[in-house]
Amino acid sequence: MNALFFILIFIALIVACWQFVKILGLTKVKDATATEKENNINGWLMLGLMVFIYGLMLTSMFRGRDVLLPRLSASLEGHHIDNLFIITMCLIFTVQFITQFLIYYFTFKYRGIKGRKAIFFADSAKLEFIWTIIPAIVLTGLIGYGLWTWNDVMDSSDAENPLVIEIYAKQFQWEARYAGNDNTLGQGNVRYIKGKNTMGVNLKDSYALDDVPSRVLYLPKGRKVVFNFRSQDVIHSAYMPHFRAQMNCVPGMTTHFAFTPTVTTVEMRKNEDIITKVNNINVLRKEKGEDPYTFDYLLLCNKICGSSHYNMQMKIVVVEESEFNDWLASQKTLAQVLN
Amino acid sequence: MSEHHHKETFVTKYIFSKDHKMIAKQYLITGMFMGLIGLFMSMLFRLQLSYPDTSFSLIEAFLGRGQDGGVMTPDMYLSLVTIHGTIMVFFVLTAGLSGTFSNLLIPLQIGARDMASGLLNMISYWLFFLSSVIMVSSLFIETGPASAGWTIYPPLSALPQAMPGSGLGMTLWLISMAIFIASSLLGALNYIVTVLNLRTIGMKMTRLPLTIWAFFVTAIIGVVSFPVLLSAALLLIFDRSFGTSFYLSDIFIQGEVLHYQGGSPILFEHLFWFLGHPEVYIVLLPALGITSEIIATNSRKPIFGYRAMIGSIIAIAFLSTIVWGHHMFVTGMNPFLGSVFTFTTLLIAIPSAVKAFNYITTLWKGNLQLNPAMLFSIGLVSTFITGGLTGIVLGDSALDINVHDTMFVVAHFHLVMGVSAILGMFAGIYHWFPKMYGRMMNKNLGYMHFWLTIIASYGVFFPMHFLGLAGLPRRYYTNSAFPIFDDLLHINHVITIFAIIGGLAQILFFANFFFSMKKGPIAPKNPWKSNSLEWTTPVEHIHGNWPGEIPEVHRWAYDYSKTDENGEFYDGQDFTPQVVPARPDEEML
Repeated sequence: MNALFFILIFIALIVACWQFVKILGLTKVKDATATEKENNINGWLMLGLMVFIYGLMLTSMFRGRDVLLPRLSASLEGHHIDNLFIITMCLIFTVQFITQFLIYYFTFKYRGIKGRKAIFFADSAKLEFIWTIIPAIVLTGLIGYGLWTWNDVMDSSDAENPLVIEIYAKQFQWEARYAGNDNTLGQGNVRYIKGKNTMGVNLKDSYALDDVPSRVLYLPKGRKVVFNFRSQDVIHSAYMPHFRAQMNCVPGMTTHFAFTPTVTTVEMRKNEDIITKVNNINVLRKEKGEDPYTFDYLLLCNKICGSSHYNMQMKIVVVEESEFNDWLASQKTLAQVLN
Repeated sequence: MSEHHHKETFVTKYIFSKDHKMIAKQYLITGMFMGLIGLFMSMLFRLQLSYPDTSFSLIEAFLGRGQDGGVMTPDMYLSLVTIHGTIMVFFVLTAGLSGTFSNLLIPLQIGARDMASGLLNMISYWLFFLSSVIMVSSLFIETGPASAGWTIYPPLSALPQAMPGSGLGMTLWLISMAIFIASSLLGALNYIVTVLNLRTIGMKMTRLPLTIWAFFVTAIIGVVSFPVLLSAALLLIFDRSFGTSFYLSDIFIQGEVLHYQGGSPILFEHLFWFLGHPEVYIVLLPALGITSEIIATNSRKPIFGYRAMIGSIIAIAFLSTIVWGHHMFVTGMNPFLGSVFTFTTLLIAIPSAVKAFNYITTLWKGNLQLNPAMLFSIGLVSTFITGGLTGIVLGDSALDINVHDTMFVVAHFHLVMGVSAILGMFAGIYHWFPKMYGRMMNKNLGYMHFWLTIIASYGVFFPMHFLGLAGLPRRYYTNSAFPIFDDLLHINHVITIFAIIGGLAQILFFANFFFSMKKGPIAPKNPWKSNSLEWTTPVEHIHGNWPGEIPEVHRWAYDYSKTDENGEFYDGQDFTPQVVPARPDEEML
């Protein structure tokens, strides 16, 4: 159905172009700069282009809204990012609407038709001052708010008793390691990788043996989580879009990021945006005869890392803190796994 | 000075030519050929993204091994996006755009007989040609071409175990780029020296057309930043072939620990983006320069704020060398450093805004001649703004966290530098085709080309932002591994349809270009009634550009629609070429 629709659009475009050429074909070939007729047609078409761009923007915003990430950030820090994002977007759309209007309206209004005479207007210190100073002021505000947000998100030093988790990346799989009872991770280096010790933990490190490895990332609601990221082979990027969180995993070094989950998986499944999105997805899946989908948080790889980059993922489950503690206690520690 | 015309053979005239006009045409044709390859690749991966797992027998026939029963393999997909990026950024929009128009216009617009060194110029082109041949030949080797993304971050690009494309394909990529950089440096040095030393009498720096200012500053950025990429590439070659550890440390891959110790991939990222970001402006500034010239000429108005335009070009060039870290906000570099780069990055919006508003004011109350070159230039201003605005999101470190490396980025940079620069290149081709080939291009085909291209560009890249905002990472071979992205397939279909329309539209351009080259109507001497010096040369190309003396220049290039005290045009025409001396009653800027 879609395909047919587009084929029709394409045919319509071709026909329109052909008609257009036929009209233009009547004009003199030798006239080098544009003729009055060409200016007229192209001027009107420029107005049409403006309508097309506005239409595209509005349709994308209207139709595209359903596919976006839920407006509710699943982390505390994400709220600041979302506020900044909304402010920035409003600003961008305002400027976009105004400037595109000016471009296309002027092009239409001053198209070279008979009797038009251009003015000689080469300079105006006043005008140029205005459009230097206005962006400067607006940007100062934006930079200020942006930097405040950035420092707020990146600085995790004030967290009280945060949960420490290592996210470990390799082609093409994620692993997680919880710091255990001492809440301190045992040191790791790829040179210790052996058998079931897949994350290269130094087993002689006294902090190591109580660490808890996992292939699913469980997170407690309401407690700040400090992530340490490592990679054993190439650069990966741990991207958790619902939490507005991302950090690269770089071989040879440890990187950090922290956030406080605020919405459990169960709660997020009841979020209106998610319900709409999941319904839309399931309608499509039903058409293709696939199993229905239920929402889960995800950790995706977001840095090109090889053939299966497109399928390097780990499920994230956010639960209430008590439930999290029960889960963690039920998991095997590194010492138990290795024996 | 009498020009000595020695007999030229086919080889010295068309192949090993030292004439800047011929070299410009060589750059253009090579760039167009490379552009065609890059375009074709984009069609292939667009098809893959919207019709994953579908068998295309036609593609299988074309591409053989990369296709398993007509279905693209992930490695093939990654190599396509890698080579598409490399070709478009370097071979088309750096060499094809700058190489063509700097070579053509610098001597003609400043009033010089040729480049400062014709020999270096010739070597520069042939090095470019050689690097193109190597890059294209890497497509045909057994393990496939480089596929670590055009940014070739190690360790992925350094270890053949990491992906097949990091074997011989990567070696060829590095060799090709090293030669390319040498070519680019020779060209840039030549442009700088020529602009500084060979201007004709009266051609002060403050009378240069903005095209020349843009080419000049672009060449300076190139000289400052390309050598850094060369050193980055050399160190990568050392790591790959001689066992050094500049970028590599603590690596376990395919069941074994490698010996590398103490290096850092982040070092490579710093070196790469020290070129990589200025590269955006190496691509964009020439396009903006071309646009300035074309918009002024076809508005029949002086470019608004000439000095502010020069100031913004210089400001953008300077700032472009201190913002590279905004590509690396989430690499784990110190957050304070991130703050600094956010600050410098967002500052670029100011000179960019000045340029955009100056273009719009130039259109205001003009007498716009909407020929194809003018349409493409206006299109450039439009996409430059649309794409530039989303840079405010990406340049802000806090916001970048959640859109970094998603399709949002792809949409942003394609609009602001890809589409804008290519529209500028088309504008330049339509405008200076009569200067290059002595014939006019067909306008009707030009109009069709413009309308299909601009609609397709917006249709492809505007919806693409929303894929990114939905959390879809770039460089994913297919979204089907994530049910959460299932509802993006519709958007992907729309994008692909527009991409195909845009791709097919280029056939019009190629047909028009080659047909007009041979059969187009003979061009008048000054078809666009322009002021600048290149239109005072004869239509038929000659060595040394002007048959007699080089003309003297008495004014800037933008005296359009200038009137005397009675409000009448001087000489009854709405333009006053640079060679016309000041009149007694005339007020000079």
